[in-house]
Amino acid sequence: MTANGWLQIGIFSTLVLLVTKPLGLYMVRVFDGSLTWLAPAERFIYRVAGVAPREDQHWTRYAVSMLAFSAASMLLTYAVLRLQHVLPLNPRGLGAVPDRQAFETAASFTTNTNWQSYAGETTMSYLSQMTQLTFHNFVSAATGIALAMALVRGIVRRSAGTLGNFWVDLVRGTLYLLLPLSMVFALVLTQQGVIQNVSQYVTATTVEGVKQVLAMGPVASQEAIKNLGTNGGGFFNANAAHPFENPTPLTNLLEMVAILCIPAGLTYTYGRMARNQRHGWAIWAAMYILLFAGITTSYRAEARGNPIHAAQGVDVATSAANPGGNMEGKEVRFGVVNSALFATVTTATSCGAVNSLHDSFTPIGGMVPIVNMQLGEVVFGGTGAGLYGMIVMIILTVFIAGLMVGRTPEYLGKKIEAREVQMAMLYVLVFAGAILVLSALAAVTPAGLTGINNRGPHGLSEILYAFSSTAANNGSAFAGLTGSTYFYNTLLGLNTLIGRFAMHVPMVAMAGFLAEKRIVPESAGTFPVTTPLFVVLLMFVILIVGALTFFPALSLGPVVEHFLMQAGRVF
Amino acid sequence: MAVTKRPLFDPPIVKRAIGEAFAKTVSPRHMVRNPVMFVVLLGSVLTTLILARDAVRGAGSIGFTLQIALWLWFTVIFANFAEAMAEGRGKAQADSLRAMRTTTAAKRLEDHTNKLSAEPVPATRLRRGDYVLCTPGDIIPGDGEVVDGVASVDESAITGESAPVIRESGGDRSAVTGGTRVLSDYLIIRITANPGETFLDRMIALVEGAQRQKTPNEIALTILLSGLTVIFLFAVATLEPFAIYSGGSVSIPVLIALLVCLIPTTIGGLLSAIGIAGMDRLIQQNVIAMSGRSVEAAGDVNTLLLDKTGTITLGNRQAVEFIPVAGVTLEQLADRAQLASLPDETPEGRSIVVLAKEKFGLRGRALADGRRVLVAATGAHEGDADAAHEAEFVPFSAATRMSGVNMGTLHVRKGAGDAVARWVEENHGSIPAGLKASVERIARDGGTPLVVAERSNGTAHVLGVIYLKDVVKGGIKERFDRIRAMGIRTIMITGDNPLTAAAIASEAGVDDFLAEATPEDKMALIKREQAGGRLVAMTGDGTNDAPALAQADVGVAMNSGTQAAKEAGNMIDLDSNPTKLIEVVEIGKQLLMTRGSLTTFSIANDVAKYFAIIPAMFVATYPALRGLNIMGLHSPESAILASVIFNALVIIALIPLALKGVRYRPAPAAAILRRNLWVYGVGGLIAPFAGIKVIDMLIVLLRLA
Repeated sequence: MTANGWLQIGIFSTLVLLVTKPLGLYMVRVFDGSLTWLAPAERFIYRVAGVAPREDQHWTRYAVSMLAFSAASMLLTYAVLRLQHVLPLNPRGLGAVPDRQAFETAASFTTNTNWQSYAGETTMSYLSQMTQLTFHNFVSAATGIALAMALVRGIVRRSAGTLGNFWVDLVRGTLYLLLPLSMVFALVLTQQGVIQNVSQYVTATTVEGVKQVLAMGPVASQEAIKNLGTNGGGFFNANAAHPFENPTPLTNLLEMVAILCIPAGLTYTYGRMARNQRHGWAIWAAMYILLFAGITTSYRAEARGNPIHAAQGVDVATSAANPGGNMEGKEVRFGVVNSALFATVTTATSCGAVNSLHDSFTPIGGMVPIVNMQLGEVVFGGTGAGLYGMIVMIILTVFIAGLMVGRTPEYLGKKIEAREVQMAMLYVLVFAGAILVLSALAAVTPAGLTGINNRGPHGLSEILYAFSSTAANNGSAFAGLTGSTYFYNTLLGLNTLIGRFAMHVPMVAMAGFLAEKRIVPESAGTFPVTTPLFVVLLMFVILIVGALTFFPALSLGPVVEHFLMQAGRVF
Repeated sequence: MAVTKRPLFDPPIVKRAIGEAFAKTVSPRHMVRNPVMFVVLLGSVLTTLILARDAVRGAGSIGFTLQIALWLWFTVIFANFAEAMAEGRGKAQADSLRAMRTTTAAKRLEDHTNKLSAEPVPATRLRRGDYVLCTPGDIIPGDGEVVDGVASVDESAITGESAPVIRESGGDRSAVTGGTRVLSDYLIIRITANPGETFLDRMIALVEGAQRQKTPNEIALTILLSGLTVIFLFAVATLEPFAIYSGGSVSIPVLIALLVCLIPTTIGGLLSAIGIAGMDRLIQQNVIAMSGRSVEAAGDVNTLLLDKTGTITLGNRQAVEFIPVAGVTLEQLADRAQLASLPDETPEGRSIVVLAKEKFGLRGRALADGRRVLVAATGAHEGDADAAHEAEFVPFSAATRMSGVNMGTLHVRKGAGDAVARWVEENHGSIPAGLKASVERIARDGGTPLVVAERSNGTAHVLGVIYLKDVVKGGIKERFDRIRAMGIRTIMITGDNPLTAAAIASEAGVDDFLAEATPEDKMALIKREQAGGRLVAMTGDGTNDAPALAQADVGVAMNSGTQAAKEAGNMIDLDSNPTKLIEVVEIGKQLLMTRGSLTTFSIANDVAKYFAIIPAMFVATYPALRGLNIMGLHSPESAILASVIFNALVIIALIPLALKGVRYRPAPAAAILRRNLWVYGVGGLIAPFAGIKVIDMLIVLLRLA
């Protein structure tokens, strides 16, 4: 670990901190309807879509709207992927995407997961990329934010039955927030060298004299929303390690900030909406400390490298000329610190873009992304998803610890009772069950085992990673797992749907139940949600729920692999 | 109720509880009510079956499986023992209540206007609407309302208070409770409850926990615990496939052992005991809660409505100061004030005599007032021998608004300012300049001014003012400070004018007051508080309190109150002490705190158990996992056994805490949280590391594994 490395982490953290408040304030105005500079476009969309923007929806209607929209857009994407060979904008003449892969991709992009079992440049036509995948990049992110807003309204509204209007939240989130931000960011990226065209692929001769086909495409426009919307689906197979997606150290830094900015900003938005800005910052602090712990663990593990390399005489010390540590699977351009940082950021949020191969990390370095995802993507998390996931954890925290102050637990004046606990537990349960049961299935069935490239604990890590990534709607891959099989396409596709909708419905229901409640005024007897003690407690509950659920499985994967590596065995 | 303080582990109760613990364990209907312990029961059964199979086949490590099975059964039995202990304390109380349920004959009246129409019937045959006659020595056969007569009644059986109380028809003292005894005179009572529905019956049912239903909070907590159980079921059930993948296998008893250690058995096993014990603590305070829900609500209360008289202040005003006018000495005023008050039997009058005695050593004097002679202490004040001549008491009347004495030519009067002023002017006197200021100051301070004047030799003159004050109960301000620290607002209800009310409110340290309150005002105040999302608690005894008692979230009716009040409230204070409301709130809070603390403890415990069991399970497959055995446990078997034993014993160890409740001191939520997190969170994290290590060492010592 170097001072330079820490400095880079410091700069990155400062940028995230600085962007939180202004973006948070902007989002308040997006979702309270006070921003109107795109009103004509907004009205036009409502008229065409037949939406009554003034309708205030009950939670059931809000949830049904969300499900209907997701189902319809998923079906559309499936159809386009299956028919891309007869549709325009396909200069390479790519064939139809196989059915199981089309299902998985449609599910994965609809759920903001962007798990890719295909290489974009050899599978997807420009039309599929631009009209379907990029479309989902916008609306799945906007859906996440909309759901977070619904939950926040449920908490801050007083004896109301309604949560707002899904269609309005979706349209406003896309129109006022994601589109403008993406446009600006895409321009910055193209300035830095990210390509944006619909040209034929270019054949170039390398310095070694080898002929190489360079894939082209409208990359910058997708790259911007890929990060801003915590989607993570790369245009190219190499994702953010590809020089056309992530050409410079500056783009690397900006892409990481872009991944975190909306989830971080939403904590401020929440604080403002709940009229408890300190609580918003408390959430931010809990998220940041967990993120920082992940960064430190991963950076430390990668900088130390593999003792087996050192034993064989490889120079693993860091110097001006030598990045040192474990450089396997990392871009030389980014080195250890930016790879470890990117890996932590992309898995703490539900982004899933990668600039290095997580599979090649040391066992502990590679466990950080798995744990990040298994904590339920609450460390800033996905756009919207991070906030509502965190609020679910807060509700559990307040319930468990809140009883200790001698009152029926209440959160921001809303009493937490049986129905809310039930929905919060369902949310946690579905997540844990999906990952564990499907991973166990893959670990003992021939179909599951044929997909993994490494035996032993590392293979188990690959399986756990894949199912954690899909259930958490992250979408990054450990690599090392051949995902384009019937078994994995189907189960992983299904898992993205479970990880999204089977968790959303209880969450929205909880929002609805909370909305109906009266607000108990705050007093000295109220459980404090703004203090450092609360921050510690919240982190403790997140870690302990995550650890208690997944520790047994992890101990047979990365944990034992770590011990074995220390003893000189690798897989 | 005659509540005897029992030791926590009373031998007869323990004996009965042990028996019941076994009975509960084999009753699936009972076990299924508690999902966490039900899972443990299933695990115990399964382990026992595997043990039997292994024993028949002569395969497997029978000694180890046997010990696991035994300790799993102990876990279930310990939890049931905890519940039986909590119930046992209630049952013992129920038994003493049941003993006094009357089997005596009642004297039923054919005609309630005719005492001679009585015919003896067994009390059990009385129905609502029957009339009965009770004469001295009779036990009142059922709950009812006095329709005729006045009698003193011994209610000690119910309230534990040995002083008899007066029960009479009409007014607020007309309700009688079955099981109490008439001491004097007679009562004609209209029975208001059928046998089996009386107050005594309900009380027995409540303390026995027979009709105990889970309270809202308990239901929510049960959902959380069940959810955690399912999560751990996932974690443990998927461990076998992962083990198979890793080239190993885990035996089913070991998997069950891990599951039982992980699921929250500590809180799961003690949850119902905590609830029952909470009700029990309330009963120890002589408060009967009609439902567990109201006990929980008491912990949540945001606003306390307290009647001024009897709760905040002593019942009556008392003299606290003599303020003479210019030209009169303090002694002179005290002397005359005492003289005017000697025959005055009102509490105010007596308090003046007391003050004069305390401050100036003025003792009582012989005084004849025509009706009776007060015998004074001997050795009275020098020169007062003269005063012992004929004295005539002038009683207070609404017309004069004064009282006093006439002793020959000396006439002394005390009374309301304007009334005394008129009397002085009528008797050729004049009003001194300083009087008005003194009177106003006292009124402003919340007191009642009494002006004292005398007439001797034909002219009257004012001597000074007696300051009568509503005396705030000692220590009440500190109590309100504590209540405020808990985040609860106190509102004083009084019929006084706003000026007086404000002064008393500030002296007592309440947050707010409602002056010149009518029952309608009170009701409106409750509704207003509730509309703001607050929970309101109040006490009341009169029939006109009934609607407010019913509206309040926690309504504590005084046992001395009317039947209507008792039915409207959701708790009854047998001591009829309005201040008790504060204890009720504290018990409610303590109940919730105990649940939360043990839940936190239970979950925090799991960390250590992982470090014990996970390496033990897989060390055969991956010897490298020894690195996780940070406690340095002896062998895989001893590690697993130690965890299961710790898990079972901790239930027993925490029974006293579950029954007594966690230590409670009023403090802001943040301070309570910090303390409980240290004790039960951090403590819960550390304790099992030490406990499992010690048990492991004992196991090695005893060669159990």
